[in-house]
Amino acid sequence: MPIHDQSYRRYGGGRTSPGRAWTVIARAGILTMIRKRAFLGLLVFAWLPFIVRAVQIYITANFPQTAVFAPTAQTFREFLEQQEFFVFVVTIYVGAGLIANDRRANALQIYLSKPLMRSEYIAGKAAVLFAFLLLVTWVPSMLLLLLQVLFAGSFAFLRNNLFLFPAITVASFLQVLVATFTMLALSSLSKSARYVGILYAGIIFFTAAIYGAMYAITGDSSLSWLSIGSNLTQVVDVVFRIKPRYATPWPVSFIVIVGLVVVSLSVLERRVRGVEVVT
Amino acid sequence: METRATATLEPGQPVVQLDGVTVIYGRNRALKDVSARFSRGAVGLLGPNGAGKSTLLKSLLGFVKPDQGQMSVLGLDVAERPMEIRARIGYMPESDAHIPGLNAVSFVAYCGQLAGLPAVDAMQRAHEVLYYVGLGEARYRNLETYSTGMKQRIKLAQALVHDPDLLFLDEPTNGMDPKGRDEMLDLIRDLGHNKNVNLILSSHLLPDVEYTCDHVVVMDKGQVVAQGPIEELKGPAGRVFELRVKGSLPSFIEVLQQAGMECHATDEDVMRVFVPAAASGDGGDQGAIFALAARHGVQVRHLRPSVPTLEDVFAKAVGEE
Repeated sequence: MPIHDQSYRRYGGGRTSPGRAWTVIARAGILTMIRKRAFLGLLVFAWLPFIVRAVQIYITANFPQTAVFAPTAQTFREFLEQQEFFVFVVTIYVGAGLIANDRRANALQIYLSKPLMRSEYIAGKAAVLFAFLLLVTWVPSMLLLLLQVLFAGSFAFLRNNLFLFPAITVASFLQVLVATFTMLALSSLSKSARYVGILYAGIIFFTAAIYGAMYAITGDSSLSWLSIGSNLTQVVDVVFRIKPRYATPWPVSFIVIVGLVVVSLSVLERRVRGVEVVT
Repeated sequence: METRATATLEPGQPVVQLDGVTVIYGRNRALKDVSARFSRGAVGLLGPNGAGKSTLLKSLLGFVKPDQGQMSVLGLDVAERPMEIRARIGYMPESDAHIPGLNAVSFVAYCGQLAGLPAVDAMQRAHEVLYYVGLGEARYRNLETYSTGMKQRIKLAQALVHDPDLLFLDEPTNGMDPKGRDEMLDLIRDLGHNKNVNLILSSHLLPDVEYTCDHVVVMDKGQVVAQGPIEELKGPAGRVFELRVKGSLPSFIEVLQQAGMECHATDEDVMRVFVPAAASGDGGDQGAIFALAARHGVQVRHLRPSVPTLEDVFAKAVGEE
């Protein structure tokens, strides 16, 4: 008689309540990414501007002769603008394969045969990209704000620019939201992560090029709504209480951004299914 | 041992029930007014390719929304309580399916967590289930390096890890070599008969269903054409013989039919003769054939009893001769 029967046994343990599967997906996705050395290198690289800004804040706080370089509200807006490049790279690196790889491996029918809704699957995948994008936008921006208080030894700057906390939060989340859902929608359209990455870059550059060409022809920036990047810039400028740099009314840019997110969600709703029906 | 399904199902209630289910893909009616009952234990879902078996399973999983009809799984309405159903079923898809970038044990544990198992329990179950399906030694290998047979096993493992009350197995032996196929069928048979897991095995392979299942639902062209216990469906009392004779074949066929026997020609001079119990003479089933042959001056050259198989049931159900 065997001491321990290694055949199939029934499970008598507990089960977690439904609705938490997205956390499992998010956790697994985040762990998978941070195991990649190249990605860790990218994250380090994405934090270099933070280090530069931190040094700037330290020097201006401790050496009065460098006061001309003292941070202002504009500094935080510029920092977020610098991070746009890393948002772009991280979005492609992390996001391109999030759904495309699952589609390539027919994993959707595995996921959706488990007790999780399609919205949970999308939320889990979105959380992976969302987390890393916040890590290169909102987290360093807020840390810079904290460092400013610490190095200056007073709350004066924060008191005078109290709007910075919500401004950084809203601007970061807006950038991250648009990048996340646009990329997820594109990722759901293909089985090739490489193709998705190229498609995302193409859309960003193509819309910018179209606007650039129209601006060169007309000399008017009122067509900036054609470019995804310009729409974000326009709205974020308003959030930071800066004069918008394009002639397009900011509500128009905001509507384009909201429209993009809605279209992306609609694409995800159609593409994330357990079975693909071709009629 | 009692399955958990029996805890919520009324005695005698089927694990899966479909009433008038119709599924339409564009202009193609994949399921046509299907009504079926899948009883407890191992049930085969048999039919040729394109019969609608996979569509039926995907409808039960909630992947495909029927245009008409009602379905219940483990006593729960598919349209109203899909999450509760999915928590209690395991699905082994037909096509190659895995989550990329994971090794076998991580994949199975991940599937366990998705199904609601705590992380520690999921990992423990993953090891156990992988040993059970015969992948114990290969459990740390990346899934992308697995052979077709191993991929079939890993799909079974992920379907089992959360201890489902009902398993949907869609063509589980596809692409497997003969030895692997036999092992897979043994696993399925063990689950259905010794581990008290209810299962529905969808297959176009008659021997697979016959070996592993007690009940069968036969589908053809989107419709259920036969269903019930395999032994019952195999036929009424009586025996089937392969028969070759020398003499006037058409007139002898007429004689046999007049005596209440069914005759189907299978080759130029070989026919299959079904002798109902009522038509058997004193000398038994074969005695009746010999007596008729002697009476009509026909020489019997070959007479071999043929055991009724599921193939006969299937052929009869889909109207083949």
